Amino acid sequence: MRKFSRRGLLGTAALAITLSLGLGGGTTSAQAESVLRVNMHSDLKIVDPIWTTAYMSRNYGYMVYDTLFGMNSKGEIKMQMVESMEVSDDGKLYDFKLRSGMTFHDGAPVTGDDVVASLTRWGAKDAMGQLLMTFVTDMTGSDGDGFQIKLSKPTGLVVQALGKPSSNVPFIMPASVAATPPGDQITDYTGSGPFVFLEDEWKPGDKAEFAKFEAYKPRSEPNDGLAGGKVVHVDKVVWKVIRDAQTKMNALSKGEIDVIESPSHDLLPLMEADENIKLVDLNPFGNQYTFRPNALHPPFNNPKVLEALLYAFNQEDFVQSTVGSDKYYKLCKAMFICGTPLASEAGFEDKFESNYAKARELIAESGYDGTPVLIMHPTDLAILGNLVPVAKQHMEAIGLNVEMVAMDWQTLVGRRNKRELPADGGWNAFITSWNSVDNASPLSTPMLNAACDKALFGWPCNDKIQELRMEFANEADASKHLAIVEKIQMEASKNPTHIHLGQWYSPAAMGANISGAPVSPVVAFWGYKKDE
Amino acid sequence: MLVYLIKRILAVIPVMLIVAVIVFLMLRLTPGDPAAIIAGDAATSADIDLIREKLGLERSLIEQFVLWIGNMLGGDFGESFYYKRSVTSMISDRIWPTLALATFTIVIACVVAVPLGTLAAYKQGSWLDRTVMGMSVLGFSVPVFVIGYVLIYVFAVKLDWFPVQGYQPIADGFGGFIYRLILPSSALSVIFIALIARMTRTSVLEVLNEDYIRTARAKGLSETKVMTRHALRNAAVPIVTVIGIAIAVLISGVVVTESVFVIPGLGTLTIDAIQGRDYPTVQGLIMLFSFVYVLINLVIDVIYSLLDPRIRY
Repeated sequence: MRKFSRRGLLGTAALAITLSLGLGGGTTSAQAESVLRVNMHSDLKIVDPIWTTAYMSRNYGYMVYDTLFGMNSKGEIKMQMVESMEVSDDGKLYDFKLRSGMTFHDGAPVTGDDVVASLTRWGAKDAMGQLLMTFVTDMTGSDGDGFQIKLSKPTGLVVQALGKPSSNVPFIMPASVAATPPGDQITDYTGSGPFVFLEDEWKPGDKAEFAKFEAYKPRSEPNDGLAGGKVVHVDKVVWKVIRDAQTKMNALSKGEIDVIESPSHDLLPLMEADENIKLVDLNPFGNQYTFRPNALHPPFNNPKVLEALLYAFNQEDFVQSTVGSDKYYKLCKAMFICGTPLASEAGFEDKFESNYAKARELIAESGYDGTPVLIMHPTDLAILGNLVPVAKQHMEAIGLNVEMVAMDWQTLVGRRNKRELPADGGWNAFITSWNSVDNASPLSTPMLNAACDKALFGWPCNDKIQELRMEFANEADASKHLAIVEKIQMEASKNPTHIHLGQWYSPAAMGANISGAPVSPVVAFWGYKKDE
Repeated sequence: MLVYLIKRILAVIPVMLIVAVIVFLMLRLTPGDPAAIIAGDAATSADIDLIREKLGLERSLIEQFVLWIGNMLGGDFGESFYYKRSVTSMISDRIWPTLALATFTIVIACVVAVPLGTLAAYKQGSWLDRTVMGMSVLGFSVPVFVIGYVLIYVFAVKLDWFPVQGYQPIADGFGGFIYRLILPSSALSVIFIALIARMTRTSVLEVLNEDYIRTARAKGLSETKVMTRHALRNAAVPIVTVIGIAIAVLISGVVVTESVFVIPGLGTLTIDAIQGRDYPTVQGLIMLFSFVYVLINLVIDVIYSLLDPRIRY
């Protein structure tokens, strides 16, 4: 009797637990709410898109803030917060009017003063902003919807810079927030963009949440990338951190998440075969692999050696080694991205064809003495790891003595800023990847800056390229930009600041019930619809 | 006993100080620059220098160390370089999933492994013994991520009994909390089941040949009582040691399991912090883990004396 009673109790407890498990596991707290759950390419760490150039902070910026101009899916810059723009006859005064009815998340109206404060902070930090500010003599706002930019001389840079799609983007913040010194991080996350950042729900390393900003007034035109009406159809967007590639795919297939921004290329064939998953090309320009030599030390302080690399490399080997399927890469000799208005092969027509004979000839002319070339090899990033052995093979084929040093990416990031000799902790080369929109113009391409000490790591020194970049900036007539780009490429093909190794694409993976994702040079979450 | 405890607690101070020095120096000697990582790919040297200054990395190592230790003594473990949140709050956010996973795992492991190990010893040489030992070798040998993937494939993808990933705080419902822990804890418990079962078998086998077991049987006690009251209790010291180590390992973070099952615990926080060279967070975590190890060792020693009256301090 006593034993039976115990068993009975155990059985009842087991039943209770089973019921509890079933109920607890099967219900959700807010079924009526439409939530888009997204796995981004990385965790959101820094919520100040001016303080850092990290892509995740930029993506966060597009959620929370709005921009004066936006780039559409064709690479054209269109008005976004700006309603109208008038340029004086002498091209030195830009008079802007903002769209009416725009407010920040706290209900305060967006004013010209907010714009001027935001541009001031951005202009102190961003390379293109700094360049623009060299033309600006005055910026005046108002507590209404107007603001003016006065220039010392005409330039075509104003709209290009204000419509810059990638880091650092000139996001518009409240004047009080934008008053934060550019060297300090902001602590107030109020914006006027289509989403409100839910600071209390932010769990670093786990998730970040954004609620639809109900008072956001989209433009009336249909959405086109970062331009047009940013209409939000979901109540909330959750960026969920999932580190394991296989788990991401399983979670997407089971509907536990809705979108993977950048799925592993290895898993794309499996996803293609899964009826619950669809792959969508959202970024028309993709990404660009880039070989960066260090101009401070031999042998890459010798233009002949660098030119030899242009002959020795071929893009297909590089993109094949990492991306694999030709559905997801494009061989492109244009420095400033195929498919954009500035695409041209000038200077590179005979390059990237593994012409070892020509490359060896140049190496011989360079007087290369066998100095070891230390190339940093990041082994922890699948999308970069295979590139360096390919580069090593080509470089050795033309007689360079290559030392490939394995390290994790963050070690590489620290080491690439060291100017010492390679033997003393410095380096000769590494390979990275850029979002193509970063490299779509001579002014925005970070690695084209050849201003010696003031240039990015690698520190190339090339007065001619710098002059041509300024000529590009000074030229207000966009139809003349391509000719300047071709002159830049002619110089860069003889004395490269960096070497472009092909464009690659990473389709987003999303549930079969998801639609409306905007085709955009930068990932964005307006337009998405979710069939529950 | 009290004197022993006080001595052991006082001994924690130099241990923690040595750990502090080692972790501080190791991090600074590790290649990588947090300022460069924070600044992003398109940042210039000037931008990076500015961030380095803001983070206090321009100060001498001694100055940084003294500042850190001083703040830590006042209960301030510093602020994450990235998230601008206190390390204490980040750890307190992430410790609950880890504790939940560790507790559930260790419960599963003990409930399964101790009876299995005891039975294997009791039936030494039988098919049951060989099966348990064979399975334990397998449990040791198969990596936890493989077990995790298999469990996900079978029970989440194919049978749809469990979710693929995710953690639910207990505050959002006890049922969902347990439900989401079943797969990760099961995957993680395999290695501990193997470890504890083997240790239990070995320890029980040793005591089964002791005179007091023969005496217990001779006085007519049932086999169940002989095994539980006499054999298992006397074999418990090494088993408790293994369980204690298992708890310490689990609390120190189980990175792979947390990654595969998307549990926002201390393991993934540690890896993220190390990869990002987030010095204050790594330092805070290592200090915590070291303290946990020291504490668990102390608790195990106390349990020894409770289990075996012959052990006196």
